[in-house]
Amino acid sequence: MRLSIYRYDPDKDAKPYMQDMEVALEPTDQMLLDALVRAKAVDDSIAFRRSCREGVCGSDAMNINGKNGLACITKIAELKEPVVLKPLPGLPVIRDLIVDMTQFFKQYHSIKPYLINDTPPPEGERVQSPEEREELNGLYECILCACCSTSCPSFWWNPDKFVGPAGLLQAYRFIADSRDQATNERLDDLNDPYRLFRCHSIMNCVDVCPKGLNPTRAIGKIKEIMLKRAV
Amino acid sequence: MALAVRKFDAVIVGAGGSGMRAALQLAEAELKVAVLSKVFPTRSHTVAAQGGVAASLGNNGEDNWHWHMFDTVKGSDYLGDQDAIEFMCRKANEVVYELEHYGMPFDRTPEGRIYQRPFGGQTRNYGEGPVARSCAAADRTGHAMLHALYQRNVRARAHFFVEWMALDLVRDAEGDVVGVTAMEMETGEVVIFHAKAVLFATGGAGRIYSASTNAFINTGDGLGMTARAGIPLEDMEFWQFHPTGVAGAGVLITEGVRGEGGYLLNKNGERFMERYAPTVKDLASRDVVARAMATEIKEGRGAGKDGEYILLKLDHLGAEVINKRLPGIREIALTFANVDCAKEPIPVVPTVHYQMGGIPTNYHGQVVVPKNGDPETVVRGFYAAGECACVSVHGANRLGTNSLLDLLVFGKSAGEQVIRDLKSEPMHKDLPRDAGEATRARLARLDGQSNGESVPSVAADMRRTLQLHCGVFRFPDLLVEGVAKIKDIAARAARTEIKDKSKVFNTARVEALELDNLIEVARATLVSAEARKESRGAHDRSDYPKRDDEAWMRHTLWYKEGDRLDYRPVKLKPLTVAAFEPKARVY
Ligand SMILES: Cc1cc2nc3c(=O)[nH]c(=O)nc-3n(C[C@H](O)[C@H](O)[C@H](O)COP(=O)(O)OP(=O)(O)OC[C@H]3O[C@@H](n4cnc5c(N)ncnc54)[C@H](O)[C@@H]3O)c2cc1C
Ligand code: SF4
Ligand code: SF4
Ligand code: FES
Repeated sequence: MRLSIYRYDPDKDAKPYMQDMEVALEPTDQMLLDALVRAKAVDDSIAFRRSCREGVCGSDAMNINGKNGLACITKIAELKEPVVLKPLPGLPVIRDLIVDMTQFFKQYHSIKPYLINDTPPPEGERVQSPEEREELNGLYECILCACCSTSCPSFWWNPDKFVGPAGLLQAYRFIADSRDQATNERLDDLNDPYRLFRCHSIMNCVDVCPKGLNPTRAIGKIKEIMLKRAV
Repeated sequence: MALAVRKFDAVIVGAGGSGMRAALQLAEAELKVAVLSKVFPTRSHTVAAQGGVAASLGNNGEDNWHWHMFDTVKGSDYLGDQDAIEFMCRKANEVVYELEHYGMPFDRTPEGRIYQRPFGGQTRNYGEGPVARSCAAADRTGHAMLHALYQRNVRARAHFFVEWMALDLVRDAEGDVVGVTAMEMETGEVVIFHAKAVLFATGGAGRIYSASTNAFINTGDGLGMTARAGIPLEDMEFWQFHPTGVAGAGVLITEGVRGEGGYLLNKNGERFMERYAPTVKDLASRDVVARAMATEIKEGRGAGKDGEYILLKLDHLGAEVINKRLPGIREIALTFANVDCAKEPIPVVPTVHYQMGGIPTNYHGQVVVPKNGDPETVVRGFYAAGECACVSVHGANRLGTNSLLDLLVFGKSAGEQVIRDLKSEPMHKDLPRDAGEATRARLARLDGQSNGESVPSVAADMRRTLQLHCGVFRFPDLLVEGVAKIKDIAARAARTEIKDKSKVFNTARVEALELDNLIEVARATLVSAEARKESRGAHDRSDYPKRDDEAWMRHTLWYKEGDRLDYRPVKLKPLTVAAFEPKARVY
């Protein structure tokens, strides 16, 4: 199989370049990650992150033939060759396919990604009905892979000010949780021309999410609640 | 040139479930703690756990911790330490409720309580029939738990060192642990973390086998570091083969599928578990189910072109139940087996999954070794929890959902022990003068190596050796051969060469250093397995088909130096209740 891989090692390269290579596959190689592992066995300097190899850890997000995705659940058979592999767009490149995710996590942390409930917990669980729990579906499953935020033009231009789809999806995850008591604070924090309102519903995020999540809808819900609160 | 030194009260190596549970305890006590992880915390392999976490909440039918304790002791094939097992089962409700308070999105019963489902080996009234003990968030329990723990740690302002790889323990002349060396992957910089307490929570080493449910990063680093520091590894012959890994891919299909009512079929469409475990059938212990499947395949009743796999049927549950309780499984089956499990069965094979053995600890998470006639002398300054530790609550076979519980209970208790110890010994001990030397030598060897073998080729030989010589069924000649082979491969691993010499995010270097650790685990496994002349739990030998309590009711301790073996007694006395006496194991 033919790969064209973005290469850049600041330790030795003056500037990035694309490396073309032909990789011999074994019949058991199904996913793009399998091909990358084969490539690395030939040239051990190709650098990329990976761990679970089943689409749950969020390590191996990259730009595959122009679209963000996870190498470990992208089927080789469905890719046009040569497969062009680049780091996630919009974040600083550390090396090859590895990007610096600091800004992405900073935004995630900025939404206070934890349950806030200051009443002393009961001895058992905090009761939540199955219907209330349903509200968290489509939200809690996020693997923080950054496919969405790094495909969002608003995030590219303002990564320091716009929370981005991943962070906003999580903001809504806590707003939607019947056990969380900080909805007002959370809304106040997001009521800002940049933090929330930079989203122009371009939907790139929805298009690329490997877990089939829908940040745009979550963002819409936040806006809706904000509006309701205002009147 | 001496390595830079950074000082902390405590260093936790590992940010999976156990590491983060411990970190939380320490961060909330406002200690100065560094939490090191090879990957961003939520990428740790706890994220992949599917089925649930055990606790006898009794939300879906009567239950209590005595039954849970009995099941765990029996599941362990009487190799588990009963003090630790009692401790874990009694604490289960408390730690699961805590997790819920942290925000864990458990599924709910109609009453709004935590949803629970049946799982293998978990029974009502001392073996009468299945009980719903596994607390679940759909089939993404590990993901939900790991994120909830990370979130709580963010709140507690725990200090994470992300993409830092620990390399070696630092012990002083008295043998106390005083720190750990580590490399920042982004820059290649190596530092000594000087600490009063070092807690290992580095997870499993399932990557010593070719077919594994484990992530790439599960390379047994904590075990390798421990072995190199002269501390033994316990019960490394006991590896759990999970009955249902996707054939070919190795990706796990949770036992929760059978908990929800799925079952296994051979090529004749026969529900064969009825023959092997008449009472609980497909929900027998994992060692029992894996052996039954391997037997079906061996005797020509496997499905597939070459009779190489078994079928897991769940379409009769209906698309609605599958989408609600097992959505991740539907996704995995589609992606990795190309089947829609709401219509067709999933091809599965027993696949290596979990290490029951590990770094020997007591139930406070303190690392213990035999010394001067005391089988459990504490190694001061050193703690371990989670899959890398051997408490031992799982003995010769772990029950499903007891590992996530183990992470919570012993992550917390290890954290509490560190806090107690830091109160009584508030000062740092000095670093020895040669601190970091071992690490420097390893790195220099690797950088200077020429004409060496490549890391992937040595690693592949190691994996094939384990797969062939130390599988579900074990044979004396294969074990003896395996020991010789792995010693050879270990010698080759000491001469690996990497072409990439960059300082920046050098993943080739990381993989070479990981191989050093995998090799120690692989050696410990084969040497310990060859020596144990009985069949117990996951260790099944053709020449000694029976459990032998007289000779072998004891824990193995393997020392790297000369591949020496020692043994220590199993603790049969629980903390407060009467002991469960060893019995034949039928399900
Ligand atoms: C697919 C799958 C499904 C499972 N499902 C269940 C289930 O439903 N219920 C259940 O009870 N159990 C389940 N298990 C078992 C359970 O998930 C694991 O045993 C458990 O999650 C291990 O947690 P841990 O905290 O010990 O380690 P891990 O979560 O593996 O974390 C290890 C941590 O150590 C770090 N680390 C390792 N080496 C180094 C180093 N050298 N330097 C720095 N950091 C390092 C890693 O970065 C990581 O943060 C499952 C296991 C698998 C593989
Ligand atoms: S919908 Fe909003 S968040 Fe998503 S890509 Fe577009 S601008 Fe970004
Ligand atoms: S919303 Fe989807 S794409 Fe975005 S970080 Fe989460 S899982 Fe990744
Ligand atoms: S390796 Fe974990 S998501 Fe791909």
